[in-house]
Amino acid sequence: MPDDVKKPTEEGSGFSRRDFLKISSISAAAVPLIGTRVVEAAGTPVKVYGPDKVPIELTVNGKKHSLQLEPRVTLLEALRDDLDLTGSKRVCDHAECGACTVLLDNKVVYACSLLAIEAPGKQITTIEALMQGGKLHPIQQAFMDNDASQCGFCTPGFVVATKAFLDKHPKATAEDIRRGMSGNLCRCGTYHGIQKVIAQFTQKGA
Amino acid sequence: MPDYSWPPPENRNLIGKRISRVDSPVKVSGRAKYTYDYNPSGMLYGKILRSPHAKAKIVTIDTSSAEKMPGVKAVQIAQKVGSTVQWAGDEVVGVAAVDEVTAEDAIRAIKVTYQPLPHLVSDAEPPAGAAETPGPLSVDDLEDMLDNQVRPREMAEQIQQYGITFKADDKTLEGLKSDGATDDVLAALRTAPVHENAESKPKSNYSKAAAQTQGEPDKAFSDAEIISEGIYGAPVITHCCLESHGATPEWTDDDHLMVHISTQNVSGIAGQMADPIGIPAANIRVHQDHIGGGFGSKFGPDRWTIVAAQLSKKAGGKPVRVMLERNSELEVAGCRPSAYARVKVAAKKDGTITGWQSQSWGTGGPGGGGMPPIPYVFNIPNQRKEHTAIHNNIGPARAWRAPNHPQAAVITMGALEDTAAKLNMDPVDFFLKNIELTTKDRQNVYREELAIASDLMDWKNKWKPRGQNISGHIARGLGLSVHTWGGRGHASDCDLTLHPDGSVDIKMGTQDIGTGTRTTILIVAADTLGIPMDAINLFIGDTLYPPSGGSGGSTTPGGVSSSTRRAAVDARDALFEKVAPALNAQPADLESVNGTVRVKSDHSRSLSWKQACTKLGAMPLTVRGKNPDKSKPPDLTNSGVGGVGMAEVEVDTETGVVKVKKMVAVQDCGLIIDLKMAESSCYGAMVMGISYALFEEKVMDQTTGRMLNPNMEFYRLAGLNDIPDLVVHMMTGKGYDERGVIGLGEPPVISPGAAISNAVANATGVRVPFLPLTPDRVLAALGQKAGA
Amino acid sequence: MRAFEYTSPTTRDQAIGLLAPAWGQAEVLAGGTDLLALMKDDVVQPKRLVNIKEISDLHGIAVNAQGLRIGALTTLGDLADNVNVVKNYPALAEAVNEAASPQIRNMATLGGNLCQRPRCWYFRNGFGLLPKNESGKDLVAEGDNRYHAILGNDGPAKFISPSTIVPALIAYGATIRLVGPNGRRELPLEKFFVDPRTENDREHDLRSNEIVTDVVIPHAGTLKAAHYEIRQKEAFDWPLAVAAVGLKMNGSAVQSARVILGSVAPIPWRSPEAEQVLAGKTVSEAVAKSAADAALQNAKPLSHNAYKVQLARVAVRRAILKAAGGSA
Repeated sequence: MPDDVKKPTEEGSGFSRRDFLKISSISAAAVPLIGTRVVEAAGTPVKVYGPDKVPIELTVNGKKHSLQLEPRVTLLEALRDDLDLTGSKRVCDHAECGACTVLLDNKVVYACSLLAIEAPGKQITTIEALMQGGKLHPIQQAFMDNDASQCGFCTPGFVVATKAFLDKHPKATAEDIRRGMSGNLCRCGTYHGIQKVIAQFTQKGA
Repeated sequence: MPDYSWPPPENRNLIGKRISRVDSPVKVSGRAKYTYDYNPSGMLYGKILRSPHAKAKIVTIDTSSAEKMPGVKAVQIAQKVGSTVQWAGDEVVGVAAVDEVTAEDAIRAIKVTYQPLPHLVSDAEPPAGAAETPGPLSVDDLEDMLDNQVRPREMAEQIQQYGITFKADDKTLEGLKSDGATDDVLAALRTAPVHENAESKPKSNYSKAAAQTQGEPDKAFSDAEIISEGIYGAPVITHCCLESHGATPEWTDDDHLMVHISTQNVSGIAGQMADPIGIPAANIRVHQDHIGGGFGSKFGPDRWTIVAAQLSKKAGGKPVRVMLERNSELEVAGCRPSAYARVKVAAKKDGTITGWQSQSWGTGGPGGGGMPPIPYVFNIPNQRKEHTAIHNNIGPARAWRAPNHPQAAVITMGALEDTAAKLNMDPVDFFLKNIELTTKDRQNVYREELAIASDLMDWKNKWKPRGQNISGHIARGLGLSVHTWGGRGHASDCDLTLHPDGSVDIKMGTQDIGTGTRTTILIVAADTLGIPMDAINLFIGDTLYPPSGGSGGSTTPGGVSSSTRRAAVDARDALFEKVAPALNAQPADLESVNGTVRVKSDHSRSLSWKQACTKLGAMPLTVRGKNPDKSKPPDLTNSGVGGVGMAEVEVDTETGVVKVKKMVAVQDCGLIIDLKMAESSCYGAMVMGISYALFEEKVMDQTTGRMLNPNMEFYRLAGLNDIPDLVVHMMTGKGYDERGVIGLGEPPVISPGAAISNAVANATGVRVPFLPLTPDRVLAALGQKAGA
Repeated sequence: MRAFEYTSPTTRDQAIGLLAPAWGQAEVLAGGTDLLALMKDDVVQPKRLVNIKEISDLHGIAVNAQGLRIGALTTLGDLADNVNVVKNYPALAEAVNEAASPQIRNMATLGGNLCQRPRCWYFRNGFGLLPKNESGKDLVAEGDNRYHAILGNDGPAKFISPSTIVPALIAYGATIRLVGPNGRRELPLEKFFVDPRTENDREHDLRSNEIVTDVVIPHAGTLKAAHYEIRQKEAFDWPLAVAAVGLKMNGSAVQSARVILGSVAPIPWRSPEAEQVLAGKTVSEAVAKSAADAALQNAKPLSHNAYKVQLARVAVRRAILKAAGGSA
């Protein structure tokens, strides 16, 4: 088997370069970077990335990282496989369970359902950034105190979601909690502990 | 002889207290490394091509295009041409490539043709008379069973029951062993009745799995003052572990394999991989730090791990990660067997149960499965039972938290609650009236627990006869169930080392599956040695350490606490031997408390732990504690617990939507090591119970043979907001503590489904026969009532 | 996921130029919560993704003469939090707040919600939009159709229209605006959804090189509206039935009504039968009930979903009572 760096071929990825040209209506103008070219659309130049690897710069937990990724790589895969930030978990991979929850410009999102190439210029915050100076964030401490994790696989996503929720709803009502804490699932059944975490913060401020 | 027994309450500094899990900090901060997170440089990404057919013969496999693709490092055929796949999603070919997208492209480039065969994915009630008694088993039958991943215990039972058509000589046994037959199966074969001239029968999809009679059922029913009839059951559900099944094997040299694997069974994996891989188990190292859920589904290496190891070999030993995608996780990595039954209960007007009759059926996948333990908990004197096993193509069954018990509870407690309703009795009174049908040892436990649970639920005030608490379109109701489990500690070896500088190591080949095993070990060791938990370095999750049993059947707490206790007592006493002269005392006069070794009668004569350990000299001291260990009595673990679950529900009678409003769990588990974790186990079990009672079902399409909901969208799991007020009461103190440590993982998950089902019946006045209690089923039951 | 090329135009015209004149070549990427899942499951296989999120004039919510203009790229979260929406279109705010989860509401856009593909489990498992097996057997009609259509299901399409907020938008009289190579078009939102007849059709009227630009909702005035959905889980669950109602009042009587059912038919299902019952009446429990009965009088359940007729009836009745200010 050939040993060179991966390059999709016609057989492999099920499309051909001619297909791209057919739908572009315009021909390639320049090839400044590997995997990136410029086409003309509405009389103006537009960059087209991929399908090969392209340079992608991500800002994660305040730090810039330059990666080479195909456009089809999700933000979650980039975080886990390329940056070794494995706190965000891959579980459903379909925007259903919340184990991959991260903050994108301070809002909770599912990293499994964003492409890495959509994220340059955004501030990405992962569970790894919550501890400061070796100390657990108060919400993390509350998860520990209320025994709100068992196997722990949903926990990082839940911690990020809980933090974002409490930031937005410091005096959350039951209805706020119902709608606002609905995006994460646990299989061990740690919800009772998580409910106590939320109560600990919302009732403290009330 | 040293005293290994558990310390009396006044001497327990840590045992039984509420202590936070020691692995919480790494889990809440995302630093805990699971198998899925193992990401060594040079790792290859493995993907598996799976069968789209529920049953089909593999006709051709062409991997040539995939092999030529740049970045593809290895291709491995999992099931060769001519094999018959028995469920959709079964493994056919594996590939390893430099990154995940290349591996996916390679999978798409593989061409496999199949000859589809007729499949069965239904577990509907078998047609009358369909069940056949299987004849003796041939070698081919056994090979099929191994291919179909029929559980060893089930195979052994069938071998013993039906006999075999061949002589179980060494050569045949060797052959079956290399195809995966376990020692249990081989032992069963050695003693099985041989019918050498019998033809093996063509196997029907329906087999008569059990037919049992006890007492005089006919008389019981003809004498009965009332007879209650009903139909009850629970469907196939999946484990849906959040960390999917998978592993990253790598060859450290030509004949040594290192396997990172998500498993409940660190010490038991190598032995299962040795034959298929073709190296001694001693050459296979298994490692796992954390596991994202197992629930009974992660005891074996599974075919994908074998394929990953073969891919790694072909790729020059590089690590190959194969973690299942979510759809495969739900399709192939765990089915809890279904169980349904038509039940008749005979009783006297005073509430005494006199007879039980059941025709039950269910599927455990291709293996069929056995009869659930019905009637459950109550040993009704006169019984007649028949069970038909459905052998179908839904994927292999796996143990699911408290195997067969939740199903048995749904069937039994449903039938008994219906009987109570027919008698117009409060089910708590009805259960108490019949409590002497439960095992003698447990009767008082149930009595105490029913009283406590009733108080916590406010049962006496809230309970109303069936269908009499309806206001507008909201019907309210209460339900209960009782359950039992074994939970004796498994075999466990613990190495404990005291170092001359005062540091302490514990090494054990166990695993913490989220049940707090690390914390349990450290509490026991620290309490025994009289030092803080964080003064001990704990190493688990590796075959470098002494073996400890798989974490299943609630056997871990009893196992690891017992081996740890014995190791810690021996280490402490060995230290006292060395220290006694320096304190001018006898070893027996010493105690170790709060990091100080001192004379019991004169605390001023003391050494700090660190100083004391310098008396060991230059060499560390290692002792091994074992469980079981008859030479070091007493027995520190025990078997047999009882528990009670109660549920309060609201049912919207117009929509059939059920909401659980409150649940109560009262549970014993002998001596509790960590009260906080014990309660969490019960809270979690109630959540899981709400989930399987209301939402969970593996939906199979009859035409295509495929699972329709292999995702977390239509395979619904309860969310945070579906969870009501949960109340847990752990039985502790006299009568409980002195029994020793008993596991707690399974018991509290057994009753919730039955209790919720009973609460819905109490609320609406009508039995919804099968879980999950979805709007369509609730409305159908209400419609039947209205039409009746 | 199969490989594709990715572009991120900054103007509408660029986006239109980068899209393809037939389906199957390129897809519009907005929130991505549905599209990426479809691509991972190999249900759609675009060769190019056109990310439209950099087109600034597709964002934003503004009041104009016609009413409230909501840019297609407005996230559901921003829509639900918008003061104007909360105050003047409470049924829409509620529908949006009940949709999905906070994470999805932060990602998913209004345009994407309107264009999302059906959740039909045969479609999602790769058996097609109008699922058939090799021998032409209708997999839905003869399979597990517990979540499928009870109305409008006599054609080949048996899936249900997935958006849970479209009924409320239609109740408020929303229109949708599109732009493509031939310029702009605007149509009532209910006309945007179509019942596909062949496997190559889509379930909406968007052409492959058009994009949704905005949705306009007329001033609500005194319109009384409500959204009601029935689902199993408390949150983040696909409803089994949705109903939205808009009542234009004349004193205490209904002058005219809009009654729209969701999750029951391949398109959002407007019920003239129910609207007719309501017109001229003062809403009471009995009136609501007869309107609900009328809405479902033509329902034709499939083999496993008769229960949905009852659920839809309850949803309509409760939505009417809720809109009229009664309890639900």
